[in-house]
Amino acid sequence: MNQTVQKIKEAYPDAFLSEKTAFGETTVEIEKAKIFDICKLIRDESSLRFDMMTDICSVDFPNETLRFEVIYQLYSIENNRRIRLKARVSEDDCRIDSVVKLWQGANFLEREVYDMMGIHFNNHPDLRRILMPEDYDEGFPLRKDFPVEGRGWRDQFENLSED
Amino acid sequence: MADLKEDAVGLDHYGNDDFEAGLAEGKPLKRVEDLLLNMGPQHPSTHGVLRIVLDLEGETIVKATPHLGYLHRGVEKLAENSTYTQIIPLTDRLDYTSSMTNNYAFVRTVEKLLQIEIPERAEYIRTLVAEMQRLAGHLFWLGTQALDIGAMTVFFYTFREREVLLDLFELLCGARLTMSYYRVGGVDRELTQEIIDRLYAFLETFPEKVTEYNTLLETNRIWIGRTRDVAIISAEDAVNFGLTGPPLRGSGVNYDVRKAEPYGVYDKVEWEVPLGKNCDTYDRYWIRIEEMRQSASIIKQCLDRLPKGPIISDLPQIAYPPRDKIQTDMESLIHHFMIATQGFKVPEGEVYCGTEAPKGELGFYILSQGGNRPYRMRIRPPSFIHMGAFDHMAKGYMIADIVTIFGTYDIVMGECDR
Repeated sequence: MNQTVQKIKEAYPDAFLSEKTAFGETTVEIEKAKIFDICKLIRDESSLRFDMMTDICSVDFPNETLRFEVIYQLYSIENNRRIRLKARVSEDDCRIDSVVKLWQGANFLEREVYDMMGIHFNNHPDLRRILMPEDYDEGFPLRKDFPVEGRGWRDQFENLSED
Repeated sequence: MADLKEDAVGLDHYGNDDFEAGLAEGKPLKRVEDLLLNMGPQHPSTHGVLRIVLDLEGETIVKATPHLGYLHRGVEKLAENSTYTQIIPLTDRLDYTSSMTNNYAFVRTVEKLLQIEIPERAEYIRTLVAEMQRLAGHLFWLGTQALDIGAMTVFFYTFREREVLLDLFELLCGARLTMSYYRVGGVDRELTQEIIDRLYAFLETFPEKVTEYNTLLETNRIWIGRTRDVAIISAEDAVNFGLTGPPLRGSGVNYDVRKAEPYGVYDKVEWEVPLGKNCDTYDRYWIRIEEMRQSASIIKQCLDRLPKGPIISDLPQIAYPPRDKIQTDMESLIHHFMIATQGFKVPEGEVYCGTEAPKGELGFYILSQGGNRPYRMRIRPPSFIHMGAFDHMAKGYMIADIVTIFGTYDIVMGECDR
């Protein structure tokens, strides 16, 4: 188990859910309630120094109880090390704490997650749609139930060519 | 456009609280207004469709709010419904000034998931072509940035060289802008002797050409006046905002994906990462000039050492058969058809893979559930993340500096909005 994972596990044993290393990349799954604290820990801890928030994105798993997954890719310039944090969010309580206070770069990234997946970020300074028009009300494009073509009416036609 | 606020500090005059009354009495008036200025989405210096709303105090920028999404095509959503081979042309349309770098970033991510080996010759060709693409991208940036600031000559000079490179790309893969040259497992076509000879000839004169651009700009009073101390961002802030590429290195932070996590043959050739000191637009200009010199050197070293061998992995399930066979051999045609229509399966898993594009770190995150399409594909676009720092970097500068600040990131909206 690498040092980063160990530090997270020691500091927040309750929030730590699982750890996985595959393709040379480490992924840590955590409870969403502690996302801000864990991010703060690995950013400020002198031996870790994950000072760059490379990316924030989200994935939709429509058949699971905790439907959405918010994924954070972090990078430490000093140690040339990467880590991926994941937190699950349910559809009913579709919100997670914002990390804009730690990384200003997270501002646009979180806005995009909100815009595309409809996940709210608590304490975000300016949570508006970013790529879609501000008055867009047809849902969140990257959710799996959002149709790719038109409004989905194409699929509702019966196939009349049979028999 | 003027936004007149009656109760704000804005409206003020001497000796009378009532503006109208003061006006009627002919008292000396001083009126301060907040000015909201809309810029774009159609504006020649935004290089695409970017809209910025500027809060101005006189000519000084108080706040700059970018409104993105005018070029949003939903590439990430499209990718979820396309096979891996079909996504390669989609990536072309991200940063269209250096489309092959996007192809490279994408195929590397898929290869990481597949865990396949790339033939050595293919690795050399990929590195070399990626550097040619960086040259083309930086030349495009230099020409347009100088044009936006007011120096027209540089534009003609840089586009002259870019044309040579585009001709070579045309020879290489038949396209000039959206090239789709990279394949999972290698590259599409052989680097022919004609291209090699022409590339050598180009490299012979290129360093002089870079000096030529420099003569036009380096000591040009207008250029210095308009780029020095404009759009300053400290190293700490640059990292905090997630800036990468020349905007980050301009602030003196030594982070280049090619050095930090070497791919291709970047660890086999000799080159340096230029770093800035003053954190301003001029330093970023200097870095890009220096990067062009380094790229030229990388290309030359790759050409000198180019090994013989196959250009694509011998993996019939993934790689297309050679092109000449497709046109003459039935079995190869069927083989090609199968891969083109069905794609190939990628094992379950998730990877993030960053590649140093001319603009910064272009990352792809792919979550695969084992099928022939990604369950989720996320693009980490440097331009989008750089726009996040726009307000911070534009604050306090004059309205005339705004085009310089756009240009300093080298943004392309195709990538920013995806």
